[in-house]
Amino acid sequence: MIEIQRLSKRFNNNLVLDELSLNVQTGQTCVIIGRSGCGKSVLLKHIVGLLRPDNGRVLVESKEVASLKELELAALRSKISMVFQGGALFDSMNVSENVGFSLLEHTHLDPKEILERAEESLSLVGLGGIGNLMPSELSGGMKKRVALARAICIKPEIILYDEPTTGVDPITADCINELIRSLHDKLKVTSLVVTHDMKSAYHIADKIAMMYKGKIILEGTAEQIQETQDPVVHQFINGLSKGPITEVVDA
Amino acid sequence: MFMLFFMDLGRKILSFMYFFGGLASLTAQTVYQTFKPPYKYGHIVEQSKKAGYDSLPIVSVVALFIGFIFALQFGYFMQRIGSEMYIASLVALAIVRELGPVITALIVAGRVGAANTAELGSMQVTEQIDALETLATNPIKYLVVPRFVALGIMLPVLTLYANIVGIIGSYLICVVKLGITSSMYMNMTFSALLYKDLCTGLFKAWIFGMVIALVSCYEGFNVDGGAVGVGRATTRSVVISFLMILAADCLITALFYFIFP
Repeated sequence: MIEIQRLSKRFNNNLVLDELSLNVQTGQTCVIIGRSGCGKSVLLKHIVGLLRPDNGRVLVESKEVASLKELELAALRSKISMVFQGGALFDSMNVSENVGFSLLEHTHLDPKEILERAEESLSLVGLGGIGNLMPSELSGGMKKRVALARAICIKPEIILYDEPTTGVDPITADCINELIRSLHDKLKVTSLVVTHDMKSAYHIADKIAMMYKGKIILEGTAEQIQETQDPVVHQFINGLSKGPITEVVDA
Repeated sequence: MFMLFFMDLGRKILSFMYFFGGLASLTAQTVYQTFKPPYKYGHIVEQSKKAGYDSLPIVSVVALFIGFIFALQFGYFMQRIGSEMYIASLVALAIVRELGPVITALIVAGRVGAANTAELGSMQVTEQIDALETLATNPIKYLVVPRFVALGIMLPVLTLYANIVGIIGSYLICVVKLGITSSMYMNMTFSALLYKDLCTGLFKAWIFGMVIALVSCYEGFNVDGGAVGVGRATTRSVVISFLMILAADCLITALFYFIFP
């Protein structure tokens, strides 16, 4: 379970997270929607301990992330995977080495076995047989799927996705959505997905939370979000150029 | 006007202190991670090849030219006072105590330090360093320690090699052009050099190696602003490394001069 309690984060004079609170139950897929630059990625980075909160706290499996010691944090991170927006594949390694990186670094598995596990993960994302390619030889969509393969290779309990379908074609986006859904159904993985792709959000979410001005302003099921009368959420999910969000920006 | 001047000065002082604070913190963490198991020998060997073996051609050429130039410059004056035989001693002392370590360090800072900053900087802007952390891998242990150890080992080795090549360069000029006999040259070289001279030079090289590794990695980790930021950090890394190498050289030379005269 992930518990975010009154989390605040400021960069210079810009208050990005303003006493934000959110709970994600074990095995649940929670989608966070919000405009680009509203702090969704910053929130994910707090959960995995890449950023420290100014105020408030983040608890993962009842442990406060910011107060963990190096070894405890490493142990927690071995249960969490994060899929970065641009893939964040290591340029100097081929696809198999990227996918099997964690197993190579943190387990005593035989290199042959690691290669098999990497190939198995690549096959799950529909990219079997490309293990010898370098990241520079892959398209944007393939990079995202390899990043996903790297995330699932260690069989994590929690996966954080940072805009997994942004910049990929609709078919690849749907494949990624299906994969997130099947990980949820088969492995009961807890997922936190940051996106502004509403089609993807409706498809995969058990719960959708709308982030605006550093806070979660509304959370609910896909149906509840679609039926809401909240003008901010209504403008965002329907992609309208006129409404309270753009009025504030214009002002 | 004055207000703006002092504000700008204050900002520069703060930025200078921020840099040294960050560098000191990185140094402490790197030293700690260096002695903490597990040890990644494979990465150290890989970095040693990049820093040492791959630098051999440029170090050879520069050291040979330095030997030629110094023999000719000393020769110009020594011939005037009829003391050509001392050229060997002067060149050997200048190269082993000063030129070998400093020139080698400057070459490595330009070649390896710049490459380190560019590589780590690109990793930073593409979130690869964040990805390393989320994969439960300490970026300092994985990226900085191998470079720190490799440069600490390879810079003294390269310096020793540059010393030998520089002295060979000077030997060629003295024997072929200035009419000094081979045995006389060797005799004057080895009689002038003490173990202390060699050790001072190699100690400096060791310090310079660590300075280059730490400055280049620090700048790489602190890149922001995409490709432009990587370019800016690479330039800063080379300039700061040059300045710190010369400052450390001055300090160590003074230290040895006054403490071990």
